[in-house]
Amino acid sequence: MSWFWANLDRIGELMLVHLALSVPAIVLSFVLSVPLGWIAHRYRWSRSVLLSICALLYAIPSLALFIALPAITGFGLRSPVNLVIALTLYGIAVIARTAADAFDSVERDVRQSATAMGFSASGRFWSVELPLAGPVLLSGLRVVIVSTVSLATVGAVIGVQGLGSLFTDGFQRGIQAEIVTGIVATIVLALVLDWIAVMIGRLVMPWSRPRIARKRPNPGESASRAEAA
Amino acid sequence: MIEFRGVTKRFPDGTVAVEGVDIVIPPHTTTVLVGSSGSGKTTLLRMINRMVDPTAGQVLIDGVDVATREPVALRRSIGYVMQDSGLLPHRTVIDNVATVPLLRGTRRREAYARALELLETVGLDRSLGDRYPSQLSGGQRQRVGVARGLAVDPNILLMDEPFGAVDPIVRSELQQELLRLQGELGKTVVFVTHDVDEAFLLGDQVVIMQQGGRISQAASPAEILARPADSFVAEFVGVDRGKRALHVTEVDGRRIVVDAAGRPAGVLAS
Amino acid sequence: MNVILDGIAWILDPVHWSGAVSIPQRLWEHIRVSAAVLAIASAIALPLGALIGHTGRGRELAVMVSGGLRALPTLGVLTLFGIWIGIGLAAPVISLVILAIPPLLAGAYAGFESVDRRTIDAARAMGMREAQIVAKVEAPLGMPLIVGGIRSATLQIIATATLAAYIADDGLGRFIFEGLKTRDYPEMLGGSILVIALALVVDGCFAIAQRLVVPAGVRATRSREHRTGPVRLRADMGQPVTEGNHR
Repeated sequence: MSWFWANLDRIGELMLVHLALSVPAIVLSFVLSVPLGWIAHRYRWSRSVLLSICALLYAIPSLALFIALPAITGFGLRSPVNLVIALTLYGIAVIARTAADAFDSVERDVRQSATAMGFSASGRFWSVELPLAGPVLLSGLRVVIVSTVSLATVGAVIGVQGLGSLFTDGFQRGIQAEIVTGIVATIVLALVLDWIAVMIGRLVMPWSRPRIARKRPNPGESASRAEAA
Repeated sequence: MIEFRGVTKRFPDGTVAVEGVDIVIPPHTTTVLVGSSGSGKTTLLRMINRMVDPTAGQVLIDGVDVATREPVALRRSIGYVMQDSGLLPHRTVIDNVATVPLLRGTRRREAYARALELLETVGLDRSLGDRYPSQLSGGQRQRVGVARGLAVDPNILLMDEPFGAVDPIVRSELQQELLRLQGELGKTVVFVTHDVDEAFLLGDQVVIMQQGGRISQAASPAEILARPADSFVAEFVGVDRGKRALHVTEVDGRRIVVDAAGRPAGVLAS
Repeated sequence: MNVILDGIAWILDPVHWSGAVSIPQRLWEHIRVSAAVLAIASAIALPLGALIGHTGRGRELAVMVSGGLRALPTLGVLTLFGIWIGIGLAAPVISLVILAIPPLLAGAYAGFESVDRRTIDAARAMGMREAQIVAKVEAPLGMPLIVGGIRSATLQIIATATLAAYIADDGLGRFIFEGLKTRDYPEMLGGSILVIALALVVDGCFAIAQRLVVPAGVRATRSREHRTGPVRLRADMGQPVTEGNHR
């Protein structure tokens, strides 16, 4: 604990640096994924291409991507830009897929009645499809928030500062409190960002607020229950 | 013979599915439990093979309380056909039919031979044996379900709305098929439906159940029509609306039977 | 592009194909640790997931545990066990097992849960014992999702095992960390390419396996449904499989 209080400044500073790494990656991957997901939803041929690329990206270990990416982009290995690009790619791999599903989930009837009401294609996208796909998009975004924040810590081993520096530094100097602090700080940061996303979601999608948890009946009972009805 | 003695089923959440039921189901006949949803008919059926245990009362098969029998062995000795057939989607038709004999330790070759025979019994071609359930029509699946129910040659066959999910034409085909089968096999059939016409067509005894799991009347179809026990039964079977009231009129010298609205129901064979 | 060629040249250099820390040796270490971890984690998570999926009990707990474990930063877990246990294989193995459990558990219970309740009810009504329902009905029908979970877990193990070279002298990750230490970019790039290749090959094998375990009767339905695009399975949806924070 004494280590924690003695290093409060450094922890706060690293948190800000960490935010500067993860927030741009999260926002970028969301903004880029929505059109990609829409294209995959709209044009069938593109769907399998997109999903395959996402699946391949999924499979690439992050440390290897961090190292290999500069060879393609030309940015320096220790440049934060390199890390942000890599994190954005992972983010896209998750949300683009979810986004395609999100647009698929907008009911055909709703879409057709919107067209029948006289919406133009772009008007329909902004006023009907995007809002209705919103809740699923949000769930994808939340997954990416948690994964990006914790993935960004890996940057520390290639020399990009962030909360991960607490792990490398703590390991090298044998300070357990420093590592534990890093773990807690990472989780807290992820939870805070997740909470902010949920709040923004409630603000812009008030209709999706009362979500009734889907409850799954106990299998032993479900059958006897169903027939009792 | 199956006997219900003062049977009540109360679920943990307090809903009463069946209350104070006493019925005797005579052997080698078809008894149909009929009622709207929530009348507890399926619960009653499932007590026979211990898929549901009563909270009070007894269910006896040939004088033996089923509560004293091991559920798994009991279930393997009773045929069960359910709505939507309940076939195992990852097994072929022949494997599905042979499931219970194989569970009971019958040799594979024997079980398969018997299964193929049963497919014919229920009016299916043997060549369908290699198909998967998803490759069959709804009516075919239901026939496979019946074949599976008969696989261990049980004395008792429980049928839970078996024809509920097929279209009307196929349903009436399956009903006729069941009547034919029952004529040949003479099982003790307990059949659940919400369709009164189906109940009257198939049942030697019809048990009419009402909300809250009480029995309103248990009798032969003719008796129920002749003497409905109460206004609920009369309304349920349609006697009060004149739906079942048929009259004879003469058309061109032939005696035609017409219903209350004057629509012809058939020709009177004298 | 020259840089990439440098990395490939590093891999092809015969010097790196023999000796105590050769590419084959490191590759073997990587595969060995990954396989051991997968076996241990599966032995813990799969039966547990099956139990949860079969009974429906403890589901909320499982969701919480697997969700919570996913938020854990991998590097933090590795370094923490590293200083607790010291240099050696024990620390990475324990960390990797902990991080592999969530996807395995999620895949197993999702697989069991995905089986139609009516099918299970019918199996029970026919007189199958609970163990028979699990083995003959739920496991085969849930297999695609279960394998999906194993796939995610395996990719994650391979990825985290790379990172584990930070605290232990083991696996392909060593090339990366040696390269980082000596500022030898071709070496770390070569190591990265090898890791990526390993992950993609393993992922490809699992993709095929996942198709093969779809029960024939279920596949027959799918081909009749004329679905466009690949049939997506729940367990492999979601997060990028990287260092364990994801599934």
